[in-house]
Amino acid sequence: MRHLLNPLDFSLEETGQLLDLAKDIEDNLPEYSHVCNGKKLATLFYEPSTRTRLSFEAAMLNLGGSVLGFSSADSSSASKGESVADTIRVISCYADICAMRHPKEGAPLVAANHSGIPVINAGDGGHQHPTQTLTDLLSIRSLKGRLNDLTIGLCGDLKFGRTVHSLINALVRYQNIKFILISPPELRVPEYIREDVLRANNIEFIEMDSLDDAMPDLDILYMTRVQKERFFNEEDYIRLKDCYILDKKKMKLAKEDMYVLHPLPRVNEISVEVDDDKRAAYFKQAQYGVYVRMALIMTLLEVNKPC
Amino acid sequence: MLNIGGLKEGIVLDHIEAGKSLEIYYNLGLDKLDCQVAIIKNAKSNKMGKKDIIKIEGGMDHINLEILGYIDHNITVNIICDNKIVEKKALSLPKKITNIIQCKNPRCITSIEQGLPHVFYLSDAEKETYRCMYCEEKYSR
Repeated sequence: MRHLLNPLDFSLEETGQLLDLAKDIEDNLPEYSHVCNGKKLATLFYEPSTRTRLSFEAAMLNLGGSVLGFSSADSSSASKGESVADTIRVISCYADICAMRHPKEGAPLVAANHSGIPVINAGDGGHQHPTQTLTDLLSIRSLKGRLNDLTIGLCGDLKFGRTVHSLINALVRYQNIKFILISPPELRVPEYIREDVLRANNIEFIEMDSLDDAMPDLDILYMTRVQKERFFNEEDYIRLKDCYILDKKKMKLAKEDMYVLHPLPRVNEISVEVDDDKRAAYFKQAQYGVYVRMALIMTLLEVNKPC
Repeated sequence: MLNIGGLKEGIVLDHIEAGKSLEIYYNLGLDKLDCQVAIIKNAKSNKMGKKDIIKIEGGMDHINLEILGYIDHNITVNIICDNKIVEKKALSLPKKITNIIQCKNPRCITSIEQGLPHVFYLSDAEKETYRCMYCEEKYSR
């Protein structure tokens, strides 16, 4: 039995196979509509999330399976003090696979250590968000036609943004990837990403404050939201929340074949005027998220496409 | 010169960095033993200038080499039998340590689930860096 807790749980080859399957699902969606008949996905969401949870649920429903779960800690036994380990032991009796989001980092690992069913990390605090990473990889591969020889700009909250950490972890495995890390000094990537991931893999990266200066070099611009829930101090949040706003003027500085991604939800960091630009790919990215989660559920449940 | 009697059978922890012996005494749980334990502080050392030494009566059962390796892998562990050193055990940084240090990251799952073991793995042997198994936060000594 396998879990997905970290983007690196799958080898490069396995990730490639998963993305191939996601692409086939996109191209032949009706052929997959019954492959998970009778299977149940439990969505264990200890903190609010609309998008990721609905994406998982849509994925399972598209495969012919069904879903059950909770969408906040208040509506689960966690409010009565039940441990993650006990919850997952019980859920293992009810479902065939589960997706867990938890505000505390490492909670999905605790679940996996006690689970009788595959556990998918749907985001744990500021730590990892591997299915968003798979979504991002599929988006980049579909839009650019490759996952190597790319200059990737990551902009916004790079300190607490788990999508950013997971994406960096995943992309360093591909050839000739360069990162431009755009953030205010307070929201730089954590030291372990800089040292153990980027420097340890000899990855070229630049840390800078100016989005304007970075724009002309980018193949992909990955915008992130400054997340209020990650701050202990509201003053810091207010000071930093609107530090980057992507608008038409900035888009003019970018290449014609550069694409803008965003894990969503956005707040102010991408002006709505950018939505009409053909390079704005963040809503298409959400669609890729469903396909890649379908592929992941099939892979972890060891379900194959019908012949 | 202060003279401490010889040890017929037991363990001598030698080359402890001066001042660290009490930390080791408590971390190894030596305060809970019934046998004789001698702590020698600031002993003269050609190699270190000053060093601490701990002598423990009895067998190896008392010593958790994993803890000792984490605290200071340069310590020499001498096994004494019939007043002679019969074995010197080399210490190394353990690859994994459990319930020796605690994760300080307030966002880590261990901060709310008290029953979880605090597990750290050696992420960089050269820099002697350990990271929490759950949240990957670096442990700063």
